[in-house]
Parts: sequence; structure tokens; C-alpha cells
Amino acid sequence: MSTLFDKLWNSHVVNRKEGYPDVLYIDRHFIHEVTSPQAFEGLRKRGIPVARPDRTTATADHNVPTKDQHLPIKEALSRFQVETLRKNCKEFGIELYDLLHPFQGIVHIIGPELGITQPGMTIVCGDSHTSTHGAFGAIAFGIGTSEVEQVLATQCILQNKPKQMRIEVNGKLGKGVLSKDIILYIISQISSSGGNGYFVEYAGSAITSLSMEARMTICNMSIEMGARGGLIAPDQTTFDYVKGRRFAPQGEEFEKAVAYWKTLKTDEGAVYDKVYTFDAADIEPMITYGTNPGMGIGITERIPTVEELKDHSEATSFKKSLEYMSLEPGSQLLGKQLDYVFIGSCTNARIEDLRLVADFVKGKRKADNVEVLIIPGSKQVEEQAIREGLDRVFTEAGFELRGPGCSACLGMNEDKVPAGKYCISTSNRNFEGRQGPGARTFLASPLSAAAAAITGRVTDVRELI
Amino acid sequence: MLKEKFKSLQSTVVPLPIENIDTDQIIPARFLKATTREGFGENLFRDWRFDNRGNKKDFVLNNPAYTGDILVAGKNFGCGSSREHAAWAIHDFGFKVVISSFFADIFKGNALNNSLLPVQVSEEFLNKIWQQLEANPKAQIEVNLEQQKVILPDGSSESFDINAYKKACLLNGYDDIDYLLSLKNEITAFESR
Repeated sequence: MSTLFDKLWNSHVVNRKEGYPDVLYIDRHFIHEVTSPQAFEGLRKRGIPVARPDRTTATADHNVPTKDQHLPIKEALSRFQVETLRKNCKEFGIELYDLLHPFQGIVHIIGPELGITQPGMTIVCGDSHTSTHGAFGAIAFGIGTSEVEQVLATQCILQNKPKQMRIEVNGKLGKGVLSKDIILYIISQISSSGGNGYFVEYAGSAITSLSMEARMTICNMSIEMGARGGLIAPDQTTFDYVKGRRFAPQGEEFEKAVAYWKTLKTDEGAVYDKVYTFDAADIEPMITYGTNPGMGIGITERIPTVEELKDHSEATSFKKSLEYMSLEPGSQLLGKQLDYVFIGSCTNARIEDLRLVADFVKGKRKADNVEVLIIPGSKQVEEQAIREGLDRVFTEAGFELRGPGCSACLGMNEDKVPAGKYCISTSNRNFEGRQGPGARTFLASPLSAAAAAITGRVTDVRELI
Repeated sequence: MLKEKFKSLQSTVVPLPIENIDTDQIIPARFLKATTREGFGENLFRDWRFDNRGNKKDFVLNNPAYTGDILVAGKNFGCGSSREHAAWAIHDFGFKVVISSFFADIFKGNALNNSLLPVQVSEEFLNKIWQQLEANPKAQIEVNLEQQKVILPDGSSESFDINAYKKACLLNGYDDIDYLLSLKNEITAFESR
């Protein structure tokens, strides 16, 4: 009896030797401009080529501007890093979805939407949110640059098999509660290190009832509890999503693939190292108050006091966090005035997220005290949003829809939140300085962010729908 | 290609008793724009070391009482982003060892690939380190990789785990890619299966 993870892992082991990590074959390697230059330099020093350029996909996302993408990148270092990626892809024969290319976008958004990401694969990228692709029933995880170099050189990676965790969420989600709230809730329950050393399989009726895009949001944030990755067994929802996408198998090939994909599930009675079970009915719209994604509460709850902390050994970072956020222990966040709203990032910048936001804000107008940025995850999402008229809804609401990129999730481009300002963000990290030095971030769902945009304050979206 | 070797080390220590230190703190995103591996040390813990005008803040790396090749931090060190730049920055700044009661997986892997030894000790042993440093900031800690042992000034010690393969790599300065390249035939055979 094996878990889905066992099956996927074992079918990709090239070599297993006592005392050594497994040599794992990688089906798809995604690269971007930030974590690849030193890896290419390594290949150059060794005088070796990229082993499988046909299994490597490149895009520019972290550094790219979200305005005037047709103009040269203003910041010299960002420009140089993107140019270095261009040069490396050309020299090593890798296809690049560069700025203005119709497929450009955040690496974890374009893989799925192009059908490159498929069930049963092993997928890596020099970015911790590679866990996103696990939503398709794939082993997908983030790696460091030395490992990027390993994969470029050999299409393999040395890995010790992690322990396995099952997280089940059963039941029906309440009104206004999205998959982002599920994952923020889970992380708040097991902490930002609770998944360390594990690979997670998500299951249960609340998970399987989600759309593919909602599932990606869950898997995307697996890393925020310390897990290497998270995956969900593929099912009809998965097959329907993949079908017809540009790089997915077509026709008879697709039917053959589906027959195999249907075998990708955990056997009855397979054993996990750890199991958590949650009830969807316990989850309300979530918001983080601190400086790691585990510091989250239900929107109507209070920030804990030091005495109320689940794990008292976290007291130092808890106090430091609240000082940074300029918040009082025991106080409520509801009603807290905001300065920025950021809807975007690899967690929540898919077309479904934009549709949800547009549906909610249609006919409404943003509060004067907030600036609202909507950053699509890819060129295709941007074009789809325009085709569907979402751009007009956003403009009428006073929101700004810009070009695709990582944007204010991590502030490597020009989009930053100024020091001391509060931003409600649909991204995945609220670390100190994440959105710019001194910026203060509350993580929440796209719907909670949209509600906050209208009221200018932290708001319980359930009261507005 | 041969990297720097590591066998054992005795050094004073820099204490950072904070939990959940993420890689965005170790090296903020705006400093990830370089295309080489060098020079990240000057921006290590940038926003904890300097204010936005570049003035030094009250932070342990600015305190001349604490120097050395060993960084000791609270649990769950290196969580967050997979950026290897974090390991490069710590190593470039001059640290050879990081001790904590818990490391994030990706950081641990990145450190081991860059001759930076992550040593995981128990919560109790970590507390012992804090106490001994409080009593004497110039206390020296010994980290012996061959014996897989951390030894404190009072003579107490604790063993630590390390993957046998990774230990051999560090002791001999071996590199993962050399090993993987040596398996080229097996990889080709796997691909044509």
C-alpha cells in the first residue's frame, strides 16, 4: 500500500544507494531571472551544456515592471538580470517567455495555464512556491541555485525522501470563505514550521470540491508551514482543466494520459507519518496580523496576547512582530485603516481571482484612503480579463489593472509599499520588509482584499455579500 | 568541482535568539539582483543592521562584543523563500556554521551546498548556549564535523545528525554535480525507459 507521493517518487528514482540521497529525475524545470544566473555561470565554468533544454521553461517575472512593459526596464540591476536570462537562454538553447511574449507571466501561473504542468510529473524551480504545481498531483518543490545547476546539468536532483503528512479538510465552506482562507487557517493551526521535513497531501471533501485554481492557492502556500510541497490527487476537475491546453497531450494521447493519471491516488490504508483533520465549517475569512504566515486569525477574532500563544517558545518573535506591525496584543484587526490593497502574486492572480474581485466590486467605488493594485499573473490572464471586460469594472471602481509579474509580493520591481504603511495583500508572505522596507502586510483572500478596498479598512466580507 | 572543506572549528559566537528568521530578513529581495555569488555578505540582515538612512541599528552584528565564525539562532531558521543567496550572504559575511534548534529544509540544503554547516541541536542545548553566552560573550564553541559533536565551554556537548553523503561532501569538498555527472549512463537509461 503506497501513498500517491510514494508512487510518484518511486517512479522517478534513477538511482538509490545506501547512505546517499536518491537521484530523482525531473520532468519539468522552470527557471526565472533571479535564481538562475549563477547556475548558468557554473555550467559555463565546467564547459557543459544544459542536459535537456526541451524540458526547461524560462520566463521573466520577479524583476519585471508592471507598467510600460514595452520600454526598457528602468532599474539597471533588474534590467541586467533579465538581459542575463535572455543571453543564457539563447546560449544554452532554452525557450524563453520574455516580456511582451504572449505566454510571459509568473512562473507558477504560466506552467498550469499552458498545460506544461501535468499530473504525475516531478517539477522543480528555483522558487519556493513551486509547490503550487502539486495541485495537479505532481511532486513539485522549490530548490536553491546549486540545485538549479544540478538540474540544468543532469535533469536530476539529489534528494532525501521527506516524511509524509496528510491534511484532510472535510465539509462545506461558509459564505465568503475561499481556498486562501483554508490554507491560512491550516498554517495558523500548525504554525509556520509545523510542516518542516514533510511533503503534504491535501484531501477531504472541502479540498476535492475546489476548482483547479483554488487548489493551486492551497498548494502554493504549503511552503509557508515549512513543508517542501503539497499535492492533491488528480481527478476529473484536474483532467478537465488540463484538456485542450497548449502543451497538454492532445486527442488519443490525452486519453492515454488520463488513463494513467487515474491511477495516481493513495491506496486505501496507506500510512502517513502525520495526519491532521479539519472541519471546513470552523473556517471564517482569515487575516494575518504578524510577520509570518502562521500568525493568522479569523477576521472577527482578536490578536492573541503573549499568554494566549499556543507555543510559548515563540514569544520573542511574537513581540518583535507586533512591534514591527505597530499592533497591540489582544486587539481586533477588524476596522483597522489601510493604505494599500494588492491583488496579485502566484497565490492569487489567476483569472478566477480577478473574476471574483470584479463580481464583488461591480458598481462599487474604492475608499479614498487606499490605493488598489491589481496585477494579473500572466499575459494570458491580463488579456482574458480585458476580453471579459473586467478591466472596465476595475477602472470604474478606481482600481488599477497593470501588466503581469510578481510585483508588490516581494518588491523586487518598482511596485513597493512604503515604510510604515499597511497593505492587505493576496500574496503569500507577510515577512518584515517583504513588500518594501518597513512595509506592513496583512495576508487575506482576494474577496477580503476586495472588501477592504471598498471600505478602506479591514472588513468582514460576509457582511457585504 | 572541489569546494571549501570543513572538518572542525572552534570559535566565538554571534547570538541571534529570535525564532522563525526568514530568508527575506537574512537577505532582502532588493539585494537579489546580482548575477554572481559574491558580495552578498555586506547586505546580510540589512534591514536589521541599518535604518533607511544607512545608520547602524542596535543589532548584534553591529555589537563589537560579539564576533566569530558561528551564528546561533532561534528555532526554524531560514524559513520562507528558497533563495540560496541567504546561505551565500551568511557564508560571505564570514560564518562557517549556523546552530539552531530547527532549520527550514530548503535553507539547510542550500547551506550544505555552500560549505556552510547547519547544526541542529535540541531546544535544551540551545538554551544552554544562550546561558553560557550571557555569562561570557567571548565563550568559544567547538563544532566537530568528523565526530558530529558540538562542545560548549563548560565541557558539555551534544551530537548532531548529518546525512552521511553530505558529511563526506563537506569533509572532502565534493560537489553534488560531480556525483550526478558520474551517473550519466544511468540517467540516459532511465530516460529511454
